[in-house]
Amino acid sequence: MDLQEYISLVFSDYTLRTITFGTAILGAVTGMLGSFAVLRKESLLGDAISHAALPGIAIAFLITGIKDGNVLLIGALISGLIGTFWIRGIVAKTHLKSDTALGLILSLFFGFGMLLLTFIQKQPDANQAGLDKYLFGQAATLVESDVWMMTISTGVCLFILMLFWKEFKLLLFDKDYTKTLGFNTQLIDILITTFIVLAIVLGLQTVGVVLMSAMLLAPAAAARQWTNSLATMVFLAALFGALSGVFGTAISASQNNLSTGPIIVLVASVFVMFSFVFSPSRGLLFKQLRFIKNRRDLELHKTLAFMFHIAENHKNISHPHAIKILNNFQGYTRKTLQKLVKKNYVTLHGNMWSLTDEGFKTASNLYNQQSRHE
Amino acid sequence: MNKKIAVKVDDLTVAYNYKPVLWDIDLEIPEGVLMAIVGPNGAGKSTLIKSILGILKPIAGSISIYGKPYIKQRKLVAYVPQKGSVDWDFPTTALDVVLMGTYGSLGWIKRPRQKEKKAALEALEKVGMLSLKNRQISQLSGGQQQRIFLARALVQNASIYFMDEPFQGVDATTEIAIINILKELRKAGKTVIVVHHDLQTVPEYFDWVTFLNVKKIATGPVKDIFNDENLTKTYGINYKVSIQE
Repeated sequence: MDLQEYISLVFSDYTLRTITFGTAILGAVTGMLGSFAVLRKESLLGDAISHAALPGIAIAFLITGIKDGNVLLIGALISGLIGTFWIRGIVAKTHLKSDTALGLILSLFFGFGMLLLTFIQKQPDANQAGLDKYLFGQAATLVESDVWMMTISTGVCLFILMLFWKEFKLLLFDKDYTKTLGFNTQLIDILITTFIVLAIVLGLQTVGVVLMSAMLLAPAAAARQWTNSLATMVFLAALFGALSGVFGTAISASQNNLSTGPIIVLVASVFVMFSFVFSPSRGLLFKQLRFIKNRRDLELHKTLAFMFHIAENHKNISHPHAIKILNNFQGYTRKTLQKLVKKNYVTLHGNMWSLTDEGFKTASNLYNQQSRHE
Repeated sequence: MNKKIAVKVDDLTVAYNYKPVLWDIDLEIPEGVLMAIVGPNGAGKSTLIKSILGILKPIAGSISIYGKPYIKQRKLVAYVPQKGSVDWDFPTTALDVVLMGTYGSLGWIKRPRQKEKKAALEALEKVGMLSLKNRQISQLSGGQQQRIFLARALVQNASIYFMDEPFQGVDATTEIAIINILKELRKAGKTVIVVHHDLQTVPEYFDWVTFLNVKKIATGPVKDIFNDENLTKTYGINYKVSIQE
């Protein structure tokens, strides 16, 4: 199937269209809110929330007896919120650190959820099968109403985000200061956290409890590499998330029997890896290149400064000196000498070198700068 | 003393867990002083100003700013937190951080406009950072970051300034620049309260001092109470500081 064919299929085929739009919107909203989680250094919170949502799904089913997506989502939302605020409570009220609290709540809720799932499976009820799809997600079960649900939630989330943008940014950067300016930090905190929980819960059906936190973190981590502005970061994270959804769905649709959730997560990870390596300002590649260049420059400068030192003791700065005396100097290599010649700082005559006027001037500036720093 | 009292603390006790960090503090800070709060590590210096600013909830005691609770007077107060209390890798620029100083007077939802931006630029100029206004904050040196924090407080145009170790980890030029701004603030009739570590510079920089070590040891004019007796009481060892005349 070629690309054009696939694109037309996305718009004509009901299932494919639903899944593509669903995963794109999901990726956008999780990416957007994931930026906040990453900047709050609460990356692991997403993992805890998604696991904490599992018992809610099971309980919602046990109470209502129906497998309607939205009913189960409400269950997930409630238990996700309980888990999250429980974690907050543990951190605030005890000596335990947040990683311990996260781990505790994550395993406690997940264990309880698994227990309930096995209990439900033992029930003599034909309706019970399929709840375990929430563990790893199953994008194929998305229907149009799910996509509407996601769209509306994302819309509300976007609206609140823009309305309280200033307050969110302030809180993310400096919480104590936010308090002194008279803002109710608890309220802003609850708003952000609730939206993060909501985004995670929305994704459970598609990506599943186990992989959901990657949807939150990967687009945000990738986006952070490309920008130094919060607004751009949130936008890029939403974009990367949406693209992960679209590409992930495309790959899974064109290869039989590959489940969508894991592929979306893998595509998101590709964004992360690419960003980590190739970002111009923060990427590993350019960092390494800059490092090498700086080292070379430094070598050059050191050699030039050494020559300047020698030349300084002579009336005529262009007085020739034997190359031999450079051999005692550590930073010196034949290569650096050649580079200095190329830059027209030094001239070579056989085995003798001498500084040019330009070289002397550059070196004296360099020398002044160095000594001023000391 | 016929001066007005800017900040009044009564019977303040603060504890994080069981052990009190501050015990029964009574403190009156007169208007228009440039005051240092000194004391050893863990003496509760930061805790004291955080309690006054309503960031921490005390176990007992009351605090008033010009006779009223903080929440009613917050627009009169500006705060410079410790530089290390925030993540400087946050994706934002120097100007943006300074603009945050205007958020308090803007209140909920309203965005900073031309007027706020102008105030922020003026504050940046005052701290000598105007040329770096669009710099990502992680690319600023420690001294420059501290200047940004100071500019953010200046934008608030307050009457009382609280600063938590503004001289920590800054270069000599920045230290001089900052102290000059603080002295200017005092000249303009503002009250400036600084958590300070370097005892040597207290007589040179400040006119008022509070010695703190869980309890309040002493408070008053530097020339009257900044002496070996109070230093020894505060730091627990036989302390001798050579005061430059």
